[in-house]
Amino acid sequence: MSAILTEKNSIPPPWQESPGLWTLAWRRLLNDRVGVVALVVVVAFISMMLASYAGLIAKNWSKEVGVSYANPVFMAGAENLEARAVTNRDFGTQAAPVDLSDVDPLAPRYKEWDERAAKISVTETRRSETLAFGGDKWGRDVLQKVIKGSEVSIFVGLTAAILATLIGTILGALAGYWGGKVNDFLEWFYNIFTSIPYILLILAFAAVFKKGLDTIIFILAFTGWTGIYRLVRAEYIKHGAREYVKAAQAIGASHMSRMFVHILPNASHVILVQLSQHVVGFIKAEVILSFLGLGVPVDMVSWGTMLAEAQNELVIGKWWQLFAAGASMAVLVTAFSLLTDSLRDALDPKLK
Amino acid sequence: MIDSTPILQVRDLDIRFRINKKEEPFRAVKGISFDIPTNTTVALVGESGSGKSVTAMSILGLLPENAIIAPSSQILYGGRNLAFAPLSDMQRIRGKEISVIFQEPMTSLNPVFPVGDQIGEVLRLHMGLSGRAAKERTIELLNEVGIPDPKLRVRSFPHEMSGGQQQRVMIAMAIACEPKLLIADEPTTALDVTIQKQILDLIASLQEKHHMSVLFITHDLGVVGDIADTVVVMQNGEIQEQGTVSQIFHAPAHPYTKALLACRPRLDRRPKRLPVIDDFMKGDGKPNLEPRTRGLKEGDAVILEVKALTKTFFLKEGLFGKRAVPAVKDVSFRLRKGKTLGLVGESGSGKTTVGLTLMRLHDATSGEVLFEGEDLLKLTDKEMMAYRRRIQIIFQNPYASLNPRNTVGQILVEPMKIHKIGANERERVEMAFALLKRVGLSEASFYKYPHEFSGGQRQRIAIARCLTMKPDVLICDESVSALDVSVQAQVLNLLQDLQDEFGLSYIFISHDLAVVKYISDEVMVMSNGEIVEIADSDEIYLNPKQEYTRKLLSSIPKGLETQAA
Repeated sequence: MSAILTEKNSIPPPWQESPGLWTLAWRRLLNDRVGVVALVVVVAFISMMLASYAGLIAKNWSKEVGVSYANPVFMAGAENLEARAVTNRDFGTQAAPVDLSDVDPLAPRYKEWDERAAKISVTETRRSETLAFGGDKWGRDVLQKVIKGSEVSIFVGLTAAILATLIGTILGALAGYWGGKVNDFLEWFYNIFTSIPYILLILAFAAVFKKGLDTIIFILAFTGWTGIYRLVRAEYIKHGAREYVKAAQAIGASHMSRMFVHILPNASHVILVQLSQHVVGFIKAEVILSFLGLGVPVDMVSWGTMLAEAQNELVIGKWWQLFAAGASMAVLVTAFSLLTDSLRDALDPKLK
Repeated sequence: MIDSTPILQVRDLDIRFRINKKEEPFRAVKGISFDIPTNTTVALVGESGSGKSVTAMSILGLLPENAIIAPSSQILYGGRNLAFAPLSDMQRIRGKEISVIFQEPMTSLNPVFPVGDQIGEVLRLHMGLSGRAAKERTIELLNEVGIPDPKLRVRSFPHEMSGGQQQRVMIAMAIACEPKLLIADEPTTALDVTIQKQILDLIASLQEKHHMSVLFITHDLGVVGDIADTVVVMQNGEIQEQGTVSQIFHAPAHPYTKALLACRPRLDRRPKRLPVIDDFMKGDGKPNLEPRTRGLKEGDAVILEVKALTKTFFLKEGLFGKRAVPAVKDVSFRLRKGKTLGLVGESGSGKTTVGLTLMRLHDATSGEVLFEGEDLLKLTDKEMMAYRRRIQIIFQNPYASLNPRNTVGQILVEPMKIHKIGANERERVEMAFALLKRVGLSEASFYKYPHEFSGGQRQRIAIARCLTMKPDVLICDESVSALDVSVQAQVLNLLQDLQDEFGLSYIFISHDLAVVKYISDEVMVMSNGEIVEIADSDEIYLNPKQEYTRKLLSSIPKGLETQAA
């Protein structure tokens, strides 16, 4: 309960601006411990994404700084057969060389070549045996990859989900509130979208638009709004007939006000739950799209591409890339779900 | 008639509810004792929150999880204490020996099964009847509760029946296993007066025929006069008085009983203000019963004139067909300034549609609504805005008519913002505070949400919301029907005070004739969308001209009229 509501004895004098619905909801959210923790986690992820986008962190994610499949620092002693196989350091010492100089026609020139080679200075970068959270096949730092990958994954997941929810909510509100011809038209539009197989629709969009992040977002939002539309429409039909909406009409509230000031907060629980489900769904959808070759280009990294790589690594016991991508996704998704849950409770004054 | 051994004895029943961990459990029933004798009807009367329903549900063991029954409590039935009986015992008793009818028949019946199947299920479960035998017995039962064409109606779905018929089906289900005790929890509150009368008669005749006992729970002392043998009056979890029906009605001992009897509006007198509970419980216990004269006088100014108003709804039929359902047919009337026009009729008579149409919440099919000479139905939406403010409506269900997500403050300030009443936010908030005080709510209410208030308080909020716009005409659409009689009296008094103070004109829509008689100067009776009769309020009650009006009047519960004033 916010401060103002608990002060039953001292009524604040009636000249202050009465706080709005969203202000009160925000106050209730701040009193919910789970909600605040979830909010902090989500904000942390988003700032990480923004920092990475601005080039402040994980700028050099693509540098091959470690040996292949470098061990994470906390298991530095573990054997790394792959790294040794790639560098081939031991081959020369294992068998005594056979003297072939009497049959090798090039033998007289070896000495000359060795001298010339000695003149060229080769600076071999010292590859690190261990990395903060291990390395991938090419020795790239997994931790940096995760941070860089969040840029694509969170950006795609969040924006696409918000866009889809926006489209679904507005169309659903229009159809449910107005009914009649508007509803018929939108239902027809909806039916077209749902009658085409999902993947086929995505392929069709992908074929028309050029490849890139904005295209992925557009595709996901444009194919993902349908479920939200149906649910929001149902809520609007239900609430449109309620007496409080009639009462709002009787006091002269405009259509816009009735749709978005009166009914929307009462349908917000549905919208919020849908939003959180779609964020999860779209982060995963980006993986599928990338797998089909319609997702992010090969020179970029996302949690999806990391998960795809991790499949092969797991067989040879290199679990850290899978863990890093999976854990970040799990933490973000859980925090986001908890946040929307708290937000839903905060918007419902009955549950304070 | 009253047998010596009671069928059910309640002794020191004490029930608490855990609200949350911090607070002390709320004590809903405070150690009450009463008997239900064999073959009698006992009425349990009290306001909302008096603990009457909790008492009834505890007999069946249907209390919610957070209820705590004190160990000393006894509900003795057939030598057993039902308060602590194991679930398996209760399941054998429920429905078979003790059955129950609830308030809302529509939500008590499963909408996806035909009513015959639902009655049949009870018979198969408890009586072990085969499918065919159960069906035959079902038809017998439907016949017994007075459903016409029972052979056809067994296949009807709940939505195909009227509210009264649904309640009859519920009764058929309750008596299917010949129970020894029938608990009726407000079985007529949701029904029209005419239907209420039929259901009360049905319960009384079934009680006599089957020699069962009935525990009849109601907030309205008026309805029990005809059917109860003994009455138990409850308030705040305690029994205030119990006695035979004639004792209670003719010589009530407790002031609370007197108050309950007095606060229901009566046809034979019309005091300036209705007596309320506080009049009896505090002060000298003598309410002021100075009569008020009603009726129209020559030269009363007309504020609203309705001419040939017609509203037709169209239902879809088949793929392209439409069926016209006339809801209001050629209705004309005048509303005088500062007076009240009562609008009476049964459900479906079109009275609510009249109210909504003249506010333009429905579009009229034809006709004129002249407000100070201006036809409201011809105005554009923009021109209508100026008049919107001046005609306001208070809906029936105070639980549904306030937006649950807004504080009372937001609810009150919004209309002032829309109509630019008050120069700034501060002025509006001050006006809202003043109005809250005027309708009898504390200033702290400004910061609360609708769900924190009781039904009567919410109706006060709805009234305050209308008053923010300083309307001239107020349409009260069944505004007190959902309230307890005691709260109803308070709200009616408030409406009357506001009319005296601001000179408001009311259109008062209700199915309760006594309430309409009390508050109205002129009464209009509607049936099937047409006006049956329109006359001065005293005139229509003393000399009803039409058969339909007489039928309505005869169905008012007579319990109170027999009591000496």
